[in-house]
Amino acid sequence: MQIPVVRNILEANARVSDDLKTLFAQKGILALNLMSSPGAGKTTLLERTLTDLASEFSMAVIEGDLQTDNDAQRVAATGAQAVQINTEGGCHLTSAQVLAACKELSLDGLDILFIENVGNLVCPAEFDVGEDHKITLLSVTEGDDKPEKYPLMFNISSALVLNKTDLLPYVDFSLERASNFARGLNADIRIFPVSCRAREGLDAWYDWLRAARAAKKR
Amino acid sequence: MHELSIAQSLLAIIREEMQKHGSPRLISVKVRHGRLSAIVPDALAMSFEALTMDTALAGARLDTEEIPLVLACRACGTKFSPESSDYVFAPCPACGEELGHTVVSGKELYIEYLELDEAQGT
Ligand SMILES: Nc1nc2c(ncn2[C@@H]2O[C@H](COP(=O)(O)OP(=O)(O)O)[C@@H](O)[C@H]2O)c(=O)[nH]1
Ligand SMILES: [Mg+2]
Ligand SMILES: [Zn+2]
Repeated sequence: MQIPVVRNILEANARVSDDLKTLFAQKGILALNLMSSPGAGKTTLLERTLTDLASEFSMAVIEGDLQTDNDAQRVAATGAQAVQINTEGGCHLTSAQVLAACKELSLDGLDILFIENVGNLVCPAEFDVGEDHKITLLSVTEGDDKPEKYPLMFNISSALVLNKTDLLPYVDFSLERASNFARGLNADIRIFPVSCRAREGLDAWYDWLRAARAAKKR
Repeated sequence: MHELSIAQSLLAIIREEMQKHGSPRLISVKVRHGRLSAIVPDALAMSFEALTMDTALAGARLDTEEIPLVLACRACGTKFSPESSDYVFAPCPACGEELGHTVVSGKELYIEYLELDEAQGT
């Protein structure tokens, strides 16, 4: 007997993600899911952002990147709340893991919750974790054709941060080519070339954060 | 390798449906995945086999079918399916526009049907 089912295979993850969305909406928290290859600079961008906007927003980080196990310590050093998730070798964060991590945070009064995903450009794209926006980081040392190779990731991201622009003179990377690839399947993606090291370009990223924060009413 | 966790989710749904229909045995399951969803059918099959080995589901067949990518041109709205692998810069066949097409289909990942053995006895 053949039974038509037509069920989304990732429905369990999607259900908890919807619960998280409701929770974040109730608390008025802007949730952002940061994704990239390992080493693109997610934690460094967070360190900068948490430091530079400390007086403006109450921010917290859920750290799912285990490439270096001190990521949670690095972001906690800025004074922000931070929880490390042990992904046990998993290649992406699940909504259930993020929900569990939320229970260890005090969410009241929080303005922005950053979720640093596992370093990987494929798997995290399929798993929503209750975020308002997905943000992809790409460093200029990775090659400007990454958006072409991983179209889903760039298609579903609201913003693309092109990091390590201080290294542009030494690598064969065209900001324009990368931007065009990213816009190929996502006309609305916002693109921010930055150097977390040289502290360049961050203001445009901060302005985007402020606008996204303001759009999420309490 | 997110195929392993996808296979786990797949099996959870299969077990639920089998219980619902009172069937003791799964013959096959049909999964459809969009071209953008980055599922490697062989990796999914391997994960499925590894997770069902020595269980009541052992020997069940996993069929997969890719759903083609369909884009809608942002300039003129024409729907088209880019032929080449270069789908990011796929020009619209009607007007030539290259950027910003919307994805009509190609992101899916779902179970289409299960083939179950009739419930025994009762
Ligand atoms: N040259 C340069 N290096 C950077 C920049 N941002 C981060 N890095 C370095 O890149 C490496 C990986 O950064 P990290 O933030 O840990 O990456 P993550 O794995 O994405 O969290 C570290 O050694 C950083 O110091 C940058 O703007 N320029
Ligand atoms: Mg990190
Ligand atoms: Zn057109």
